[in-house]
Amino acid sequence: MKLTGAQILMKAFADEKVDTIFGYPGGAVIDIYDELIKTDIRHVLVRHEQGAVHAADGYARVSGRVGVCLVTSGPGATNTVTGIASAYMDSIPLVVITGQVPTHLIGNDAFQEVDIVGITRPCTKHNYLVKRTEDLATVIKQAFHIARSGRPGPVLVDIPKDIANNKAAYTPPPPVDLPSYRPNYRPNQKQLQRVAKLIERAERPLVFVGGGVILSGASQDLVELARKAQMPVTASLMGLGAFPGTDPLWLGMIGMHGTYRANMAAGACDLMISVGVRFDDRVTGKTDTFAPQAKIVHIDIDPTSIRKNVPVAIPVVGDCKLALEQLNQLIDTQQMEGLATRRKKWFARIEHWKNTNPLAYRQKDTIKPQFVIEKLFELTHGDAIVTTEVGQNQMWAAQFYHFNAPNRFVTSGGLGTMGFGLPAAIGAQIACPDALVVDVAGDGSIQMNIQEMATAVQCQTPIKVVILNNCYLGMVRQWQELFYDRRYACTCMDCAPDFVKLAEAYGALGLRATRPEEVEAVLRKGIETPAPVIMDFAVDREECVYPMVPAGAPITEMLLV
Amino acid sequence: MKEEKHIFSMLVDNVPGVLSRVVGLFSGRDFNIDSLCVAETLDPEVSRITIVSRADAPIVEQIEKQLNKLVNVRKIRDLTGPKAVKREMALICVKAKAQHRAEILRIVDIFRCKVVDVGPGHYILEVTGDEGKLAALLNLLKPMGIKKIARTGPIALFREPN
Ligand SMILES: Cc1ncc(C[n+]2csc(CCOP(=O)(O)OP(=O)(O)O)c2C)c(N)n1
Ligand SMILES: [Mg+2]
Repeated sequence: MKLTGAQILMKAFADEKVDTIFGYPGGAVIDIYDELIKTDIRHVLVRHEQGAVHAADGYARVSGRVGVCLVTSGPGATNTVTGIASAYMDSIPLVVITGQVPTHLIGNDAFQEVDIVGITRPCTKHNYLVKRTEDLATVIKQAFHIARSGRPGPVLVDIPKDIANNKAAYTPPPPVDLPSYRPNYRPNQKQLQRVAKLIERAERPLVFVGGGVILSGASQDLVELARKAQMPVTASLMGLGAFPGTDPLWLGMIGMHGTYRANMAAGACDLMISVGVRFDDRVTGKTDTFAPQAKIVHIDIDPTSIRKNVPVAIPVVGDCKLALEQLNQLIDTQQMEGLATRRKKWFARIEHWKNTNPLAYRQKDTIKPQFVIEKLFELTHGDAIVTTEVGQNQMWAAQFYHFNAPNRFVTSGGLGTMGFGLPAAIGAQIACPDALVVDVAGDGSIQMNIQEMATAVQCQTPIKVVILNNCYLGMVRQWQELFYDRRYACTCMDCAPDFVKLAEAYGALGLRATRPEEVEAVLRKGIETPAPVIMDFAVDREECVYPMVPAGAPITEMLLV
Repeated sequence: MKEEKHIFSMLVDNVPGVLSRVVGLFSGRDFNIDSLCVAETLDPEVSRITIVSRADAPIVEQIEKQLNKLVNVRKIRDLTGPKAVKREMALICVKAKAQHRAEILRIVDIFRCKVVDVGPGHYILEVTGDEGKLAALLNLLKPMGIKKIARTGPIALFREPN
């Protein structure tokens, strides 16, 4: 059977059970769109290609499936780069299809030609330029396979216009077998036995988890391990939700804006079981003072993450879920009997840290941003999907919203991309139509992809945007306050739109609170409204995020409230 | 930590862009490249890339792991040390004044080089050898005046077990 490239692409999408594509058309992909509308795939028309990628990213994070984007060549393709880089840093599986000028024009500086494969080489897991229509089916199959397997990540496929147009014989491609790509899932049994021994013997163990635990679906196994071996748990920003945020063993987030007790516990533990993390500098602070008393066990599917930033006593390369499952089998609860008493001292110290410096803020007659998040948590019982923008808003969401389940906290951790939260919320809402999806935003970040409000209204995704409006690029201002003698160079955002009117202009609901006693009513009204809502909270302008570890300092040296 | 010279040899898919992926990884992660050689192997689907790099032990570990992670890299080995043979080729254009011509030819003979081009004022020599041999040769030729030089950078293969 002879099919056009565009038709083959649709076959490939059907094979991968693609139900949603986030995209934006243009000359180089008209042929593909012309086939796409004949399928029952839902196409979400964004207002900027960056939004398409973040939306696909949000979709992928909450559903665990591969997010798919389709954009045109040239500017359409370059607009995806920030989104792709964000997904790459956070290991999110995406397939991004870009149109390209016809093959005979490649290299001619043709209209809307850009070497997107060259541009995205360092920020994709892999990418392709398809040069023959007969290769298309195989390439797409490989792209999905690479995106979702091993350590997941974005894969870009660049399809020249003639490749989409030409006909080729179509046979369903065989299963992917790449001799050069065989991720290692199975952890080494001997190494795990050594880890089990260490756990049984440790006096002051700490489990430190990251996004890898969520990506591999290992949350249940993590909970089992922590409870069985009575080990307290902390997480990186990306790991929030992997362990229940209201569990007594939960210490809160670690790192630059981690809790006092999590950071102190890292400083004092004698064993750190780190799972699905990569020891980012925002976690470790000064690396040679990180967990100085601990033997570090590092379980991760990506060998390059191991020993990249910190020395590791026992490396375990493999899937986090398999590793935790096996650890749970290996740990001998008989051996652990005396441990509850032995670890009493350790838990007493943790309790002490908790009580000396809990997450806190001083309530005043202005709205405290933390108060808004606390109320949001209260009203939603921790069941909402929360996306964030970047800055203080993101950190307050991480600190004051407690996630009891994975795949609910959707944030740009590695790249810290302002403008991520709104499109990600749309993607998340499309993946989970019945969930309450809230974008915790800053007044600065929300303006980076505000155009996606039109997408939200058009798609009837009833997302809620909670703007913690401090009229500042707050996180940068905080650094200026603390480390630059309050010289607020270019961080004041005085001239902002009226977000309530802006919401209305888009056909959404706009609400505002300026006093603490209005917060709950506005949140309630917003949550109850079955349509997109922007809630603008005029918060205390110079509130800072605490604790804070100055960049490059040991994480046990925190500035506190 | 001490930086040491390492020679990495890898088998990669012979597809467009693969070299760019490898080189981009080195520049993007601030790894150093001293020299680089690429060519097809007997299997036209596979090329061999040989890279010499200077790095300390943790970086060497990262280089190997990061290269392995590239989807198009099939296999990588660190061929540093005596377990592998290494050879490099150079073309050396040396000034050949009348009073030096005999001396140059003597050196050519001792080093088992070849003269591949002759002119009234120059010789172009072809030489193959390990790092030490090339250094020694260049040292001897330097006083006569080296006009130009082109080196391939080393390639290497593991010695087969006896
Ligand atoms: C695209 C992008 N540009 C710049 C930055 C640097 N940056 C980090 S936080 C921040 C301030 C964000 O301001 P706002 O969205 O109002 O959040 P707030 O910190 O005030 O809560 C900036 C500019 C970034 N992270 N991303
Ligand atoms: Mg702000």
